[in-house]
Amino acid sequence: MAKSMFEKIWDDHVVVERDDGQTLLYVDRHLCHDGSFQGYYTLNSQGRTLRRPDLTWGSPDHYRPTDAQSLNDISDPALREKVALFDKNAAESGIHYYGLDSEKMGVVHVIGPELGITLPGIMLVCGDSHTATHGALGAFAFGIGASEVAHVMATQTLWQKKPKSMRITVNGEVGFGVTGKDVILAIIAKISAAGAAGHVVEFAGSGITALSMEERMTVCNMTIEAGGRAGMIAPDEKTYAYCKGREFAPAGEKWDRAIEYWKTLPSDPGAVFDKEVTLNGADIAPMVTWGNSPENGLPVTGAVPDPANEPDPEKREAIQGALEYMGISAGMQISDIAVDQVYIGSCTNGRIEDLRAAAAVAKGRKAVVAARVVPGSEPVRRQAVEEGLDKIFLEAGFEWRLPGCASCLCLNDEIFAPGTRTASTSNRNFMGRQGERVRTHLVSPAMAAAAAITGHFSDVRDLAEDK
Amino acid sequence: MEKFTTLTAVAAPLDKANIDTDQLVPAPFLRRPRSESFEGVLFYRVRRNADGEMRDDFILNKAPFDKAGIFVANRNFGCGSSREAAAWALVAAGVRAVIAPSFGDIHYNNEMNNGMVPVILPVEACDELRVQLHADPGAEITVDLETQTVTGPDGRTYAFTIPAFNRYRLLNGLDEIDVTLESDAEIAAYEARRVKTADWLFP
Repeated sequence: MAKSMFEKIWDDHVVVERDDGQTLLYVDRHLCHDGSFQGYYTLNSQGRTLRRPDLTWGSPDHYRPTDAQSLNDISDPALREKVALFDKNAAESGIHYYGLDSEKMGVVHVIGPELGITLPGIMLVCGDSHTATHGALGAFAFGIGASEVAHVMATQTLWQKKPKSMRITVNGEVGFGVTGKDVILAIIAKISAAGAAGHVVEFAGSGITALSMEERMTVCNMTIEAGGRAGMIAPDEKTYAYCKGREFAPAGEKWDRAIEYWKTLPSDPGAVFDKEVTLNGADIAPMVTWGNSPENGLPVTGAVPDPANEPDPEKREAIQGALEYMGISAGMQISDIAVDQVYIGSCTNGRIEDLRAAAAVAKGRKAVVAARVVPGSEPVRRQAVEEGLDKIFLEAGFEWRLPGCASCLCLNDEIFAPGTRTASTSNRNFMGRQGERVRTHLVSPAMAAAAAITGHFSDVRDLAEDK
Repeated sequence: MEKFTTLTAVAAPLDKANIDTDQLVPAPFLRRPRSESFEGVLFYRVRRNADGEMRDDFILNKAPFDKAGIFVANRNFGCGSSREAAAWALVAAGVRAVIAPSFGDIHYNNEMNNGMVPVILPVEACDELRVQLHADPGAEITVDLETQTVTGPDGRTYAFTIPAFNRYRLLNGLDEIDVTLESDAEIAAYEARRVKTADWLFP
């Protein structure tokens, strides 16, 4: 029978299948971070040990202040304690660990692919909802809660009920100035924030395969914002080229055997999906979200919706509430919305290509609002410095920081002033996510840089033509 | 884990769709170790206005809903972040069951791993229940995990399902890791097999 890629990977990881369909799956790779202390607490308090430290990797990304080079530089004792606790837990449990002093440290969803920890065909989990990122390499990867983290630490397995499958096909390449971020925001706008709930999503079509590996990671990263359990993209030559030579990727004969296996992974022709959705790449424009759900995406050329035009009373109220929170009015042009600050970074858009795209817009211009760039990892930061991107940002008046999750989830106090407005390359525009009453608009790195230069949302395609 | 068999409690209607886990528990509380209390954390910011005062227009700030043991929510409850503190805060607030048309996948599992029952009912059923709860504040709902039924204030019953394995663990209050380690031999056998069939995984 024709199988989807997801079914093939699922079948390969079954340890025990119960009569009721509940399945114990084997975890090939477990990523941890400084927020994993809850999992370690459960493990330690029950007197258990971490079963496979050799299959567990970690780096302190969640709490790390992005101006602190080392533990001693962290002025807030509560934050210092969290990073120090992970240093201790990691050392005691013997996992692969990249602390603040490591040249390989970074946001786990950036360093996973970067170090070759993430590979096609594997099952990878992490106590973070954006773990779907790793599906961009053809892996089955998803986020789990703290109890499940402890379960994986103790058993290297996880109980799952087989999710449904969904294929989202983007036909035709996207146009100039349109990125993977815009593709996923357009998809979520179409299917809603619960559109993929209970499903594993395979992204397919020429609009997806034409994307770079970094952009594919951005697309899969935000599958969770459509409610999806996981997102994945079939491995191809681009994927193999990306993996080759990375530290934990196979080499020599093992590489040949891996490729042989990876080539069997893509969904068979005739594989059946529970749900199919199709978009045209050419229809997708640079996107900006206007509300408090990632499903509230609009083309930058659009206007803020008018609740009066919404027939469904529940949705009408939701639009009304979002407009009040966001401090914008119905019918307002997206490009008329002025921002107070710009944030570029996160596991969604903190990779080298994201920084290149933002720098291309910032080059030779000046930011008129506060703008901050946070690279996703040490390797990304070093590469950017090598390419002179840090200088471009600094000359344009942007701040240049050290790697971490920072202002995307704001665990480390890098929050914005109450009630201010941010153009952000992160993944969530939830109420209060970036600080009390802070209004977050999600955009691509190039669009964020454009907002920094003009002080309001601007079509990056026009800005490029100006030059 | 605390057992769950059947629960009859005052239920509160939460009308908004897409209540994300950031709303349930804002980021500053994630630093708190799970061994400490999460009482008073649930909806911390949503409950308060800009001055930090309790809002009188938020339903859970008002009696009898402030004592609710069951929520009837809307589409996509608990979407977003994987933070299990959302489940800890619900339990600390005395909420052991949430009824909604759909849940964020990760939060759905987090609830079950903390002795809670996330009940999925059709949109229409959730709408009907919320209408009744608004009309008759303090009305009770029963969630029976043994029969997998919800009984509304008007006596109407609705069937739901919880994955059988989770149901078994909830009914018996069993720790998941202990149950899994009963399959230790199978896990070890898989590991031994995997080294041979996928040696490329082990550089």
